Amino acid sequence: MADLAFQAIDALSGTVREAVINLLYRLADDELIIGHRNSEWTGHAPILEADIAFSSMAQDEMGHAQAYYSLLHQLGERDPDTLAFGRRPREFRCASLVCLPKGDWGFSILRQFLYDASETVRLTALSESSLVPLAQLAGKLRGEEKYHLMHGRSWVLRLGNATDDSHRKMQAALDFAYPHALGLFEPTEYDEPLAQAGISPREDELKRQWESAVAPVLADAGLTVPEGMPPIYGGRVGQHPDALKELLDGMQLVYNIDPTAKW
Amino acid sequence: MVEKTSKRQNAETSEGADKADCQLPIADCQLDLTQIENWKLEIGNPLATAIVRALESVTDPEIPVVNVIEMGIIAGVRMEADCVVIDMTPTFVGCPALAVIRENIRAAVSAVTPVRVRVNVVFDPPWTSERISETGRKKLKAFGLAPPGNHCSGGTMQALERTTCPYCDSQETDLESLFGPTLCRSIHYCRSCRQSFEHFKAV
Repeated sequence: MADLAFQAIDALSGTVREAVINLLYRLADDELIIGHRNSEWTGHAPILEADIAFSSMAQDEMGHAQAYYSLLHQLGERDPDTLAFGRRPREFRCASLVCLPKGDWGFSILRQFLYDASETVRLTALSESSLVPLAQLAGKLRGEEKYHLMHGRSWVLRLGNATDDSHRKMQAALDFAYPHALGLFEPTEYDEPLAQAGISPREDELKRQWESAVAPVLADAGLTVPEGMPPIYGGRVGQHPDALKELLDGMQLVYNIDPTAKW
Repeated sequence: MVEKTSKRQNAETSEGADKADCQLPIADCQLDLTQIENWKLEIGNPLATAIVRALESVTDPEIPVVNVIEMGIIAGVRMEADCVVIDMTPTFVGCPALAVIRENIRAAVSAVTPVRVRVNVVFDPPWTSERISETGRKKLKAFGLAPPGNHCSGGTMQALERTTCPYCDSQETDLESLFGPTLCRSIHYCRSCRQSFEHFKAV
């Protein structure tokens, strides 16, 4: 960790400031988009408790996105609502994993678990960031995300070990999702300045921690981690699957009709 | 809010005059409200007392029996230039009641102070369930909402599966759902009194 701590967000300048803005967009956009995907289960999940869980997680993730967008706003970016509703797909910096359609229940559960594990690793690291306002926020969010991970873990174990059918679906979901999940750790040109300033560890370091966090749970669920599949990158530089555009077309519909509407 | 400007005008003339004329030594009460029970005894300042009373009248709309001080949401109160600044540390960052609580705090405190009131949302100190006072815990329980466990950053699966029933104090309970009607609650079932109940999650 660097000796220098950035006590306030406006203490940032130059390359480090640019790197932090990019990092915050990645964090915020991942949260907003997975939050929206979670909300697609509201009213449709297999059982009431599952419905409530995904709806609650959606609310949490969107609240977290808003907190990150507020930090961006303090750095001179547009206000949180405009950042969420007023940007085109290529301006988003989310990974492909969060963009993918909700799929079947097994896929949504598995994606959520892989994503929550990455968030836990990331927030744990960021809670010791030299950027104090980010460290404070990360520490706070980590306590909330704990429940998401518990939820995902218990479902992965249950579905992985239940019936042949559920096991088969979970393995198929894992084979499909894993390269996208690796894309959460897409290296960027900002890895080095962020690491040197003690703001965030490098992506490959976070990926290593994530792999050791998910491996034992997947093994307990009787699932095999696919090997040798190249990560799916592009999200961090604005190249997204078509699913993101479809999602944003729906999510931003009202805003695009009338950006000044109150609702 | 009614703008009451006389004190603020004083404040603008000079800082020394402000301190002499203002009779609002709120700067004395830069206190951490987690120690609220102790703090009440120490207050010799009528305005600080009025602010505390005002804060005590504000509740979380989703848990109307517990006020914001008992919930540990108030992280600090201080005088800054010509306004009272109240730091609130939110229970859950995505809590939809946040904006309502913030505005209710501002309105309640504005009603008892002659100066402007600003409510900041802060994450330092982070809100944890440890911040809920003993009185707050008793009220939650009486409300039928099991208070969070005392183990800091607790909330393990094992602890959740043995959450104490707020109705009969049994630990023969099952975790039904990690998520409930609000972000801060989980749902449980008591096998002793055969009653479903909600629990305020430890964070």
